[in-house]
Amino acid sequence: MSVVLNAAEIARALRRIAHEILEKNHGSSEVILLGIPTRGVVIAQRLAQEILGIENAAVALGTLDITMYRDDLRMRAPRPLTPTQLPKTGIDAKHVVLVDDVFFSGRTVRAALDALTELGRPKTVQLAVLIDRGHRELPIRADFVGKNIPTAKAESVKVNLSEIDGSDEVKIEGRSM
Amino acid sequence: MRDLLSINDLTKDDALEILDTAVQLSALSDSSNRKFPTLRGRTVVNLFFEDSTRTRISFEAAAKRLSADVINFSAKGSSVSKGESLKDTALTLQAMGADAVIIRHGSSGAPAQLARKRWIDGAVINAGDGTHEHPTQALLDAFTIRRHLKKDQGDLAGLKIAVVGDVLHSRVARSNVLLLQKLGATVVLVAPPTLLPVGVEHWGAQVSFAIDDVIAECDAVMMLRVQKERMEDLFFPSEREYARNFGLNAARIAEMKESAIVMHPGPMNRGLEITAEGADSKRSVIVEQVANGVSVRMAVLYLLIGGATSRDLAAQIGDQS
Repeated sequence: MSVVLNAAEIARALRRIAHEILEKNHGSSEVILLGIPTRGVVIAQRLAQEILGIENAAVALGTLDITMYRDDLRMRAPRPLTPTQLPKTGIDAKHVVLVDDVFFSGRTVRAALDALTELGRPKTVQLAVLIDRGHRELPIRADFVGKNIPTAKAESVKVNLSEIDGSDEVKIEGRSM
Repeated sequence: MRDLLSINDLTKDDALEILDTAVQLSALSDSSNRKFPTLRGRTVVNLFFEDSTRTRISFEAAAKRLSADVINFSAKGSSVSKGESLKDTALTLQAMGADAVIIRHGSSGAPAQLARKRWIDGAVINAGDGTHEHPTQALLDAFTIRRHLKKDQGDLAGLKIAVVGDVLHSRVARSNVLLLQKLGATVVLVAPPTLLPVGVEHWGAQVSFAIDDVIAECDAVMMLRVQKERMEDLFFPSEREYARNFGLNAARIAEMKESAIVMHPGPMNRGLEITAEGADSKRSVIVEQVANGVSVRMAVLYLLIGGATSRDLAAQIGDQS
């Protein structure tokens, strides 16, 4: 088990992503950050904090549960549902930034795109992830990446965030060293 | 959880999982998003041997919002009226590939029979069997109580709930007593002695013969329908006397706690077990129960056939060998 990002590195990566989101979207006024549960929600909250610090303006924040849209539902026991909360303005004609912790097969993002289609018609949909570990199974890429970490498929990437796990840390488990 | 036959099959955690899932689904149904692809390709059969409007429609709406294919099968005008047995009906549904069979039957235990004999692979959901149980009604009642009095959180500990009326014939009452007590509530059954079943003292609920003795201390009052079709045996002297002694009227509503709610599983006999003032009062959540019923049934369908079913697992094992 090896630590690939510590707390300070996570904070720096998120600060950079916040700047990149603002740069790409010319500010935060039309941006909605949608966190994908569980840890994507926390990362979206932190990005919103960073953006508040940079722009001195609040960015719209929400959560998007993609469970009902997964393509692997029938391969295991039903998963618990989590809340979907959208800003009151809705997502129509906005720049929606999906936020997740680890970007892997791309199937979560595909499900999220399906869910968004049901909820409205954003102007653009962008993707921000803390870790991109490769092994895509679908033609989907991220717009904002905290850190690219090449992994073997058998390894697993564990993102710990203080709000949920008590400390900030990204680890790779199952790596033979 | 493979089937939903009785509240007794559920642990407290199972019941809370259904309610929590229904909370999320009801929030999503309120937004513009009214249809999910989750059960696409699954077939849900409504197998109704007894008349029902709201339960059948509620299950149908729930299945359709999850994109399942729905087949409605009612005994009237079907092969059942020609004398087909439950077994042969079930085998027919099995051949059609039903992933879930929602059954209402006049005989207590018919859903359990269907599930235990395994004539079909699909999940069996009891939508009311004889005078036995109606578990999804109890779940939607618990959901409604929890939403109003517990803000959708946790169990129902500390609440007192009156179930008033024809407990003897009521599968709704039986399922509700089991579920509400499982969730920590105190239940008081209110009925004339003739409308209480033998052995009611073993249900764990309090019993009262006078609604006026208990109404002021209850957090929810659940009025049961007087089942006129079962009343040929004269369980009470007259409808007017029943309405006066056990009906929910404006005067009794005025006695209730500030936060208390009025419930009824429908269809109502206005003027008998509940007056128009009772049914239409601000405390009444009767229409809301119907909406909550769809969310709760969506949750049950999702949890039973949304994930891997026994048939999916069998197919996966077949692939590997």
